[in-house]
Amino acid sequence: MLNTLKNRFEQGYRTSTYPKKTVELAPRYRGRPQVHKNAPSDLVVKCAAACPQDAIDIDRKLINMGRCVFCGTCERISEGRFISFTRDFEYSVAEKDHLLTDGEIPSLADHARQHFKKLFGRSLQLRQVSAAGCNACEADLNVLATPFFDLARFGINFVASPRHSDGIVVTGPISRNMKTALLQTYEAVPDPKVVIAVGSCSISGGPFRGSPEITEGLDSLLPVDLYIPGCPSHPLTNLHALLKFFK
Amino acid sequence: MDTDFLEISNGQALSREQIPHLTFDDFQKNAMKIVWGGGKIVQYFGYADNSIVKLMAVLRTDKLLVAGCDAPNEYPSLSNKCELFQLFEREIAEQFGIVPKYHPWLKMVRYHPNSQGKKDVFGNDYTKDIPGNYPYYSVEGNEIHEVAVGPVHAGVIEPGHFRFNCIGERVLHLEIQLGYQHRGIEDLILKAAPKRLPIIIEGIAGDTTVANGVSFAQAVEALASIQTDQGSHIIRTIGLELERIANHVGDLGALSGDVAFLPPANYCGRMRGDFLNMSLLICGNRLGKGLVRPGGVRFSIDDEISRELMRRINEIEPQVEHVIDLLFSTPSVRARFEDCGKVSTSDADHLGLVGPAGRACGLPYDARRTFATEYYPSIDIPENAKTTGDVFARAKMRAEEILQSISIIKSLLKDTIETNCVDSEVFNLPSSSFVVTVNEAWRGELSHCIITDTEGKILRYKIKDPSFHNWNGLAMSLRNTGISDFPLNNKSYNLSYCGYDL
Repeated sequence: MLNTLKNRFEQGYRTSTYPKKTVELAPRYRGRPQVHKNAPSDLVVKCAAACPQDAIDIDRKLINMGRCVFCGTCERISEGRFISFTRDFEYSVAEKDHLLTDGEIPSLADHARQHFKKLFGRSLQLRQVSAAGCNACEADLNVLATPFFDLARFGINFVASPRHSDGIVVTGPISRNMKTALLQTYEAVPDPKVVIAVGSCSISGGPFRGSPEITEGLDSLLPVDLYIPGCPSHPLTNLHALLKFFK
Repeated sequence: MDTDFLEISNGQALSREQIPHLTFDDFQKNAMKIVWGGGKIVQYFGYADNSIVKLMAVLRTDKLLVAGCDAPNEYPSLSNKCELFQLFEREIAEQFGIVPKYHPWLKMVRYHPNSQGKKDVFGNDYTKDIPGNYPYYSVEGNEIHEVAVGPVHAGVIEPGHFRFNCIGERVLHLEIQLGYQHRGIEDLILKAAPKRLPIIIEGIAGDTTVANGVSFAQAVEALASIQTDQGSHIIRTIGLELERIANHVGDLGALSGDVAFLPPANYCGRMRGDFLNMSLLICGNRLGKGLVRPGGVRFSIDDEISRELMRRINEIEPQVEHVIDLLFSTPSVRARFEDCGKVSTSDADHLGLVGPAGRACGLPYDARRTFATEYYPSIDIPENAKTTGDVFARAKMRAEEILQSISIIKSLLKDTIETNCVDSEVFNLPSSSFVVTVNEAWRGELSHCIITDTEGKILRYKIKDPSFHNWNGLAMSLRNTGISDFPLNNKSYNLSYCGYDL
């Protein structure tokens, strides 16, 4: 008992002050990409050629956050002159069109479905479906339950059954072998329901695009309400998206 | 041991001509001789070379041994003589349609058609929805009941199917059927642009990002004769150890949660995040994505980062020690951990368990010691095998490794680390070559193997996650164990679904 108390005392109170106060992430963290439109065209072409995810639109000088894995190759090649990754982790979007960006992300709160705020603003129960996710996105969703993020204080929980949930959070590039299970889980959620795509895999197939075993984009199967890009998205990105979209 | 297999070292590039190409009969006789003498299988896979299917095996004693042969269309299964072959033979049957006759348990590994357009060995029609459409092993009797779990589980975890045959609360047999996570990675690597490979490799298993990145980088470096500097070895070693600590700490918390002792469950959840944030500090990603590339590392650890890492580790080390002490000194935890889900040393040896799961059963093998790469040749990795083979042993093993890894990282941060950072360069590989790399990922032995064709293109990329060996260990743990102890046993292994399914 004494040992338990000693540990409790040593551990202290660790819950983040976010969203009341903003959190500063490590300098090397790569968050929202910022495009510098005045970059010379040859540099843009060079970045696009090197981008492992082919996420750069050369003509319009834009980056597709749904494909991007935030590896930072373009930033390195252009030495930040074409694209630089900011430390801003608040970059989720409600419309697929907003994924293709120059870095100015439309306010998520403005594009949120207002009826969802009314329905789920005070209590939101989500069912997570990993559909061939590599366990990175899953892990960074799971940590929202740990004391630092403490998702439950906002009335949001991950629940064990789709029957108890208001929507699904999908990770992974939706393998052929998980497609039916995913669709059946969606079916089992009572209406009205929310669909959230987390990670570049579920948004675009991510690193696995081109494989016949996967689906390139959850939106080809289900209506997606909220896109959270990343590889994986930082837990704070997930938290920001859930709070802005539903609160 | 005198065999026709060729002795090679870890990460040694070979011309394919140097690898003994035996007749299938000699191949299997020599392989059996090695495994009967205590050898284990690191890799055993098929590959198609100009439409001829061939087999390649890398076995280990205290050395690595390699040989290949042409694959027969069918052959009497080796699994009947040695259990170690069973899953490898099933994988070869699934990928290339080679039939191991009289295989004791010939069933699919990942539910996908073979690459050769041959008749499916398992009689599946892949135009139909296959998963779950399979006669599971069943036990019959008046009081027998089955429990089916998955593929979608209750928690935020990956999908897989578990079928329990129970009598009352007691599990007689657990059958684990995976394949739901199959993304076709090995085939995708062959056709993807070379610039994509590091990203695909880091996506094999997110919790094993660094180890997979290192295994890939070492293979490319060996083939393309790229020298890496000492600093990059140190940074990779730190990355690997941070990955090990984060996962072990997280799992100790999960184990504690599963026996309803909530303080360590919460503390470990938070502390795991602190270790992930150390990876974030180094490379900008909590799971180490983007850290390792062929040629070295993309991020340095300069003195400022080194000091900050040291400060954070010094701060968290006593907390970790105290929580571990709390966990293992609590009688209600001990009562649930001890004697739960036992696997005997002999069973573990027959199954070929690796990593902490193997060491918890008394198999001391640790690739960091036996096939040391990166900075490990200069680090003393203690032999800390346990023999009880229960949840307690697996948890204790993890706890010991956490503390050892912390001291490894601290010793590596003592001196200035100098390295020339690399970027995602694309390297030309030599023609008709072969390399195999072995590393101790946090779950155990991870191995990558590359074979190139006559033009230097990748002909075969084979990945073997430690979970490939260990899933049957979990099934074995559940024998005669209460079904309510499944979550506890599952967490004590915490195996990879995506690493297995590829």
